[in-house]
Amino acid sequence: MAPNGVNGVHPEDDEEIDYTDIENKYKVKYEEGFDNILVVDGVPIIDEGKRAKLLDKIAKEFGRKGAPIKPVDISVPWNDSTGKSKGFVFVEFKNANDAAFAQSAMDGHPFDAKHTFRVNRFTDIERYADMDETYVEPEPEEYKPKEHLRSWLGDLQGRDQYATYRGDEVEIHWHGKPSQCEVAFNRNNWTDLYISWSPLGTFIATLHRQGVQLWGGASWGKQQRSAHPMVKLIDFSPCENYLVTWSNDPIVVPEGAQQGPQFFSPEDEGHNIAVWDAKTGNLLRTFPTTYPEGEDVKKQLQWPALKWSPDDKYVARVTPGQQISVYELPSMGLQGKKSIKIEGVVDFEWCPQGDKDRDEAEAEANGKSTKKPRENMLAYWTPEVANQPARVTLMNFPSRTLLRQKNLFNVTECKLHWQNQGDFLCVKVDRHTKTKKSIFCNLEIFRVREKDFPVEVVELKDAVTDFSWEPRGDRFALISSSDPNLANPAPGITVKTDVSFYQLVRGKGDFKLLRTLPARTSNTVRWSPRGRHVVLATIGSSSKSELEFWDLDFNADDTGRREGPSKEEWGSVIQHLGTADHYGVTDVEWDPSGRYLATSASAWRHTLENGYAVWDFRGQELEKHILDRFKQFLWRPRPRTLLTKEQQRQIRRNLKEYSRQFDEEDAAEESNISAELIALRKRLVDEWNAWRKRVKTEFAEDRKLRGKNADPEADKQSEEKEEIELWIDEVIEQIEEEVVE
Amino acid sequence: MLLTRGRFSCKSLFLGHERSLTQLKFNREGDLLFSCSKDHVINVWFTHNGERLGTYDGHNGTVWTIDVDSSSRFLVSGSADNTLRLWDVQSGKCLYRWEFPTAVKRVAWSEDDDQVVCITEQRMGYQCAVRIFNINREGDGTDQSKEPLSMFNPIGSKATLCSFAHTPDLILMGHESGKVALFDAKTGDEVLNNERAHMDVVTDLQLSPDHSYFITSSKDKTARLHETKTLTVLKTYTTETPLNSAAIARGKPYVLLGGGQDAMSVTTTSLRQGKFETRFWHKIFEEEVGRVKGHFGPVNTIAVSPNGDCYASGGEDGFVRVHHFDESYFRAKPYGDLEIED
Repeated sequence: MAPNGVNGVHPEDDEEIDYTDIENKYKVKYEEGFDNILVVDGVPIIDEGKRAKLLDKIAKEFGRKGAPIKPVDISVPWNDSTGKSKGFVFVEFKNANDAAFAQSAMDGHPFDAKHTFRVNRFTDIERYADMDETYVEPEPEEYKPKEHLRSWLGDLQGRDQYATYRGDEVEIHWHGKPSQCEVAFNRNNWTDLYISWSPLGTFIATLHRQGVQLWGGASWGKQQRSAHPMVKLIDFSPCENYLVTWSNDPIVVPEGAQQGPQFFSPEDEGHNIAVWDAKTGNLLRTFPTTYPEGEDVKKQLQWPALKWSPDDKYVARVTPGQQISVYELPSMGLQGKKSIKIEGVVDFEWCPQGDKDRDEAEAEANGKSTKKPRENMLAYWTPEVANQPARVTLMNFPSRTLLRQKNLFNVTECKLHWQNQGDFLCVKVDRHTKTKKSIFCNLEIFRVREKDFPVEVVELKDAVTDFSWEPRGDRFALISSSDPNLANPAPGITVKTDVSFYQLVRGKGDFKLLRTLPARTSNTVRWSPRGRHVVLATIGSSSKSELEFWDLDFNADDTGRREGPSKEEWGSVIQHLGTADHYGVTDVEWDPSGRYLATSASAWRHTLENGYAVWDFRGQELEKHILDRFKQFLWRPRPRTLLTKEQQRQIRRNLKEYSRQFDEEDAAEESNISAELIALRKRLVDEWNAWRKRVKTEFAEDRKLRGKNADPEADKQSEEKEEIELWIDEVIEQIEEEVVE
Repeated sequence: MLLTRGRFSCKSLFLGHERSLTQLKFNREGDLLFSCSKDHVINVWFTHNGERLGTYDGHNGTVWTIDVDSSSRFLVSGSADNTLRLWDVQSGKCLYRWEFPTAVKRVAWSEDDDQVVCITEQRMGYQCAVRIFNINREGDGTDQSKEPLSMFNPIGSKATLCSFAHTPDLILMGHESGKVALFDAKTGDEVLNNERAHMDVVTDLQLSPDHSYFITSSKDKTARLHETKTLTVLKTYTTETPLNSAAIARGKPYVLLGGGQDAMSVTTTSLRQGKFETRFWHKIFEEEVGRVKGHFGPVNTIAVSPNGDCYASGGEDGFVRVHHFDESYFRAKPYGDLEIED
């Protein structure tokens, strides 16, 4: 700084200057100076003589609660007029942390029958004393209308959305007719790991170091967040009321962490799984991870670790080998106060709710119907132990009545596949021969809607690698293989597979083979969400990347509900629609309407020709983008339709009427675009032609100056132009005719 | 846009080279096709049936470049054996040879067939040089002057391509930095340049029939159409692969682009990844209209017949493919009835 006097300010002038602002600014705050001092109220009032005894006692009490102090740290203020203590003491600690701990430990501590300690920080006393006693009405927070979370469904053109994640950029696209495809929203560094839609498409979740953030609404504002540090996996409940998160790092609650219903508390420490309310963001409960038992089993996490009942009422988790614990929502308390003890249980699945079940449940909830809706149901299986056979069990919940049990032998592994309407349960049983050398497969199909739950067995000779039900249908597709390479896959080897379709024979109640497509390489079956169409894909292979599009009701009338095919045309309705190829495909996903299929090659798997393509259901390519560092493609799910059965039928009946309307729109739009494009092209051509004309005259003049023919070609062309005429006689046929006179 | 895809051509395959092709040239009538390659041989073919008419033997190194005069009498060739040779097209005799300190990268005839311009490589301490020779067309052609009419060293980055511009006193050059420039043929002064014509090496430069505009291709994955007089960029064609060659179609508003992954990385990429097709782009609208497959390696050079009825592509794989446009190519009007000046 400038020395005194230079700026015309003399030292004696200092007295006049008002320094209060600076003093205030640099005033030592009490919080910083006296944080280690506590004021303990409720101490007995004593005489001088008892002082040492009291201090010893107080120090002991503190020590017992884990906050050791010495009597010298305590200072007792005296009332000089009466000669007695004032009934409170000051205690000094080494640092503020110790003081804070002692405060929480000793506040409300009963010292003896009459005295209870009240512990406050010294600095707080000061603050309370200074507090303004007049009541100030808090400003009511202004109401901010929330955006409609399902606004995308109100799109006038009825388009679907999809999200892509490439490099650091997340984009939300509209997908409709070619002219209506556009980017709706994009943001850089929106997520650290990946993105995920909620099951009804309301939210998009992004994963960050700090936790999960949900976004929604037309402008993609923040909705809720779940502060689960280092979260790796997330899972929504089916009605998207709840969110489950998992992190590999056990939960740690550091000192001074934020408290509240949305944050972890010390009881959650060491857990990995957290359940959150998606609407409020409140933490409901945390769990530790459970791994399958056994030493030889690799520690592999099952995800989702918590399985939700389809109505969001219960969530269950399995403790392998012991029990299934079902928790009630929203309290997250153990249902019935006890878990379902099942010796040896390996896995279970909830039965999905069909459309009808849902309607019934809603009707009952509204008090409109007296009919009791179907109870929740779960299926679980236990493996063979000693003399006990393996067993698949169907159980009602919450009544916990056993509905059906089926014993199975020579079981290696079971997989439970529910049809999405909850009509059928297929248990894919991998069985071994007596020698345990080869594996084959049985399908035990439970017809859940029928009385006594009849079970049908489909026996197969080969190992089944993939199985899937037709959504809303009574058909399923499976991929089987007898290829010896199946067990030990090596890079560069494509496993030969067979794809088979089965259908329920109505009336008879058994499943019969519709058709087998032999010698494929497909390893993935993807049914359209509306059923009927199916795509067979070879994914994850470096040499094959075929997509086959099939229609399973080729002859069926679009409008009518299909009936089972009659005997003579059994299997003939399966029609191959098209074959396509997307090199290096890693993911295949139908859009929610079942009209389009998206395939993508993700940079998470390999770096060859990353990008995505959109196909129609016949296998015609609509869009293809090769984008390096492309990672993720996700269609935005749609919620269930709000139309009643009757309204849907109405629409189906009047389809012709509607389609005419749409055709007109299409035609109008097409002519619009082409008009624009034609105008643009016309402009470009006009510019070009004008430029050519100008350049040509310039050049002609230029050449004249140099004494040449204006047209360079004309120079030589005029010299030599010979025409050669070539006559070729070709005898095509010779006919000799004898004329008899 | 895909209207014409796959309907371009029926083809004939010429197999007469053992190594990758470096340049192709049609004569003015389009009935002969000259090809040169890294195997030291120059071949001449009948365009219509792919029959080899003859070879021009003599070079002792990669023949980088050839050009034939407008009367199909003389052929000049430049090679890595540091010679520029003048050949008799009909007899295949070498009429004259000029020797230089470094390899000849590009040769071109002037419009009147009385001059040849060539460019030699910058290597071993020698600067790259442009030389212009007068060609004596009297007699049998063996009597040529050893000394060039003019010689200069173009300034700036390495030049690899040269041609006579719209007038014989200007030389059009393409540089490794991506620069395109006009040089005065006599003084060697840079008359005009476009430093940022491309972002990477300019790999090919072909002029329109009247020399009023030209197309360049580059490793920066684009090809561009320039006006010769002003060097302004008229059109840009952006592809997803490095380009080695670009040609202007005759009679139809297309340009032909060829390229593909570098020869070095070819063995590590699959055929479908290499993008070894010849691409057809609309000259005016800058849209891709179609592709022609065939080569197993990058396309090194493309030439369009002056008649406009066929084109030839030469690849790193050693094949020359001549594609004759079929009837539908001439009939197709994918963009309607717009009249486009050539």
